[in-house]
Amino acid sequence: MAQRIVVDPVTRIEGHLRVEAMLDDSSHIHDAVSSGTMWRGLEVILQGRDPRDAWAFCERICGVCTTVHALASVRAVENSLGITVPRNADIIRNIMFLTQMVQDHVIHFYHLHALDWVDVVSALKANPGATAALAQKVSPSWPTATEGYFKDVAGTLSKFVASGQLGIFQNAYWGHPAYKLPPEANLMAVAHYLEALKWQKELVKIHTIFGGKNPHPNYLVGGVASAIALNGDNAINIERLTMVKGLISDAINIVENLYIPDLLAVASFYPEWTKIGGGLGNYMCYGDLPQNGIGDVAKFRFPRGVILNKNLSEVLPVDPADPAQIQEEISHSWYRYPGGKDALHPWDGVTEANYTGPKPPFKQLDENKAYSWLKAPRWKGQAMEVGPLARMLMGFASGRADYKEVVTAALGKLKVGPEALFSTLGRTAARGLESQLAVHWLMDEYDRLIANLKGGDSTTADTQFWDPATWKPESRGYGFTEAPRGALGHWVHIKDRKIANYQIVVPSTWNASPRDGKGQHGAYEAALIGTPVADPKRPVEILRTIHSFDPCLACASHVFGPDGEKLVEVKVR
Amino acid sequence: MSERLPSTYAVLEQHGVDRRTFFKYCTSLAAIMGLEASMVPKVMAAMETKPRIPVIWLHGLECTCCSESFIRSSHPIAQDIVLNMISLDYDDTLQAAAGEQVEEIRKKIMKDYKGQYLLAVEGNAPTRDGGVYCMVAGQSFLDILKETAADAKAIVAWGACASYGCVQNARPNPTGAEPVHKIITNKPIINVPGCPPISEVMTGVLAYILTFDQLPELDRTGRPKMFYGQRIHDKCYRRAFFDAGQFVETWDDEGARKGWCLYKMGCRGPMTYNSCPTVKWNAGTSFPIGSGHPCIGCSEPNFWDHGPFYERMADSVPLPGIEATPDQVGKTLAVLTGAGVTAHLASYWARRAGKRVAGKPVDPENTTGEVK
Repeated sequence: MAQRIVVDPVTRIEGHLRVEAMLDDSSHIHDAVSSGTMWRGLEVILQGRDPRDAWAFCERICGVCTTVHALASVRAVENSLGITVPRNADIIRNIMFLTQMVQDHVIHFYHLHALDWVDVVSALKANPGATAALAQKVSPSWPTATEGYFKDVAGTLSKFVASGQLGIFQNAYWGHPAYKLPPEANLMAVAHYLEALKWQKELVKIHTIFGGKNPHPNYLVGGVASAIALNGDNAINIERLTMVKGLISDAINIVENLYIPDLLAVASFYPEWTKIGGGLGNYMCYGDLPQNGIGDVAKFRFPRGVILNKNLSEVLPVDPADPAQIQEEISHSWYRYPGGKDALHPWDGVTEANYTGPKPPFKQLDENKAYSWLKAPRWKGQAMEVGPLARMLMGFASGRADYKEVVTAALGKLKVGPEALFSTLGRTAARGLESQLAVHWLMDEYDRLIANLKGGDSTTADTQFWDPATWKPESRGYGFTEAPRGALGHWVHIKDRKIANYQIVVPSTWNASPRDGKGQHGAYEAALIGTPVADPKRPVEILRTIHSFDPCLACASHVFGPDGEKLVEVKVR
Repeated sequence: MSERLPSTYAVLEQHGVDRRTFFKYCTSLAAIMGLEASMVPKVMAAMETKPRIPVIWLHGLECTCCSESFIRSSHPIAQDIVLNMISLDYDDTLQAAAGEQVEEIRKKIMKDYKGQYLLAVEGNAPTRDGGVYCMVAGQSFLDILKETAADAKAIVAWGACASYGCVQNARPNPTGAEPVHKIITNKPIINVPGCPPISEVMTGVLAYILTFDQLPELDRTGRPKMFYGQRIHDKCYRRAFFDAGQFVETWDDEGARKGWCLYKMGCRGPMTYNSCPTVKWNAGTSFPIGSGHPCIGCSEPNFWDHGPFYERMADSVPLPGIEATPDQVGKTLAVLTGAGVTAHLASYWARRAGKRVAGKPVDPENTTGEVK
């Protein structure tokens, strides 16, 4: 029967997201609404501040993808002021970037996404011996694949359940027919959920070494704050460096022998999800991981480009500085542009909050009107998907051998063709394959750092333009990165040594965007259309597709105000 | 609630944790709370008899860095807390359920454990325009916070957002974001500030409450004294360089490579109360100053508006007292505190100069500014 279902809050994400889906008579989603329901106004707060401080404010956009906004911010300010950071700083930033990406992807898979595929309650029925046999088959190199180990985990789980206090596991969709894993696979996944939870706190120590803490390590305009002194006892030296290396080695083990085997094992039980959730078919990347400075885009490990309509034979160029390419629309967002304009490039971005949604508490949004705190970013007027799948496709379509190798291997193991990538499961698999590339690149970057130090260069900061007295009266710049969730751009306008304007276009704004003026759906909405929902009261299928994007809503919902202009009072109807 | 809930030890024992492992677990808990070894039996007794307290963990305007920090805890680890110490019944970030099922849980816990559950708040509530800047399940977060706080036993305000307001509350605070204590005024509130707080500080606060069945002693800004009792400056391993007048003057200079004091680069250590130099971050790996960046003062109220971060703290204002407690410092503005440090520096050198004239050695214990 046709009906409208609401999922709010969408849990196991960062921030606040609401999804409404319209089911047709055959219980397939025929239309969907994605709404960001929070806004913090960070760009307004940034105005008038010292641009060298901006990274710290921006980093607080998100504590899950901590570092990515700081990185984009220092790059935007450096671009604006004409600063080139030393090679060591570029490499250390790459190391911090990859550390975050790998750790974040592992957390996403085990702690945010896995429970969409893994039935925790079913794990209670597992035979520990059979689970050990399965685990040995799935990952022969992983040391804890023993009967005793799984017996302990099963014991922990059963006593936890028996206590009657199920905590975060209560009232979920357990027993739903969409869960296809046998009990042994469920038990293995639950065990690895706990192992990954223990491990995730380790890799980030790399951030602590170079940035002093995690979450929210410190960044610096002009380089990195952690000085290197190979013969010193109070800066980065061989003790710190070998700790970094050890942490990377452990991460390689986790990704190769835990994450990837688990991902492929789980995926093999859900072949139908290679045909569901494809969505837009348009993909965009700014690229990242400079090997020869941020200006040499061709040498990035993550290539830049756009793919349209799933056409992997053509990669189109992207220029974040071209006002005709990236624009944000607001026809379905709770904002207002002056002069009735529809779309603005971030450098010219102007927004006034203008809440016209229903007065809370409310039951339903109206997709024919404004319905989100997210704007609708578009590339040359087209909606785009960003993120791991976009990046893997861009590398694949750009002919990069390392990408082809991991993608081909995974497709072979799952016995599917490349078209399987355009799906919910394809997105989830791409995140794993990207982690595989990233964790080995992490060691490569470490080796590059060592080689550079060995060559006698231990410089970590360029202070030529640190003093604001050296700055031009006015300048503009942009910075970008490939955050775990996709292409992230920051645009800054500096005037009289202060931030005059600051604008951020975030991956989840692309993916979770509402409709635009032409009625084009955002990536989440498009991906949900066509999905069958077995039980509208327990729509696990919606969670699967939404989680495959790894939503980050604190990032996505933001707004930018013009110079000195007060925000308009919001009228609640 | 205690009849129906097993104690932490009962749960641990049921899954085959032996007495020896349990003892080690309690010892590490005691250590994180800064307790002497003689207190370990008390911790064990508490863990043997206390039920798992239900916790509702709300998320308002925030960035989830507090949750991320929480799961980084090395002692106790997050798994122990979630499986053995508390019953984390509602938490949008980690919850398996979604949508209406998850809201059902919140309402059920509020009803079944009226007056007994702990409310943890990450982030804060926008108060402007009827709270439309943060809505969950079609309801304003402002209302959800009030509703959930009404029957809570106590509130733990995680991080700078819930404690003081943090970044969305910085000028001009476009959404009217306000910390928990500005909205809820009739409940005990423990502020655990920092952006984020140190993971072991977060878990330590919970462990203290569960172990001793009481709320920790707080300073005048509502922070537990056990973690926020002393200034970073006073515990900093680089303090000797401050006293010796050895400073980083610019990034990557000789002083930076030698790990000298970051005061001139804007360090807020002298006005910031936190455990960074002692507990450190990520299982003792380092802390901001230890990795060459100044402290930005993230556990202090309104620290975002005390910038620019790289500007040395202000001077030319009279000294409020060199060795101040947080309560004393809290009574003065941060700029005054900054001035205090400058004066502290000046007075130190004056003292030192005076002593030189007197031909006496410098007394490292004399930090009162008085020439003995």
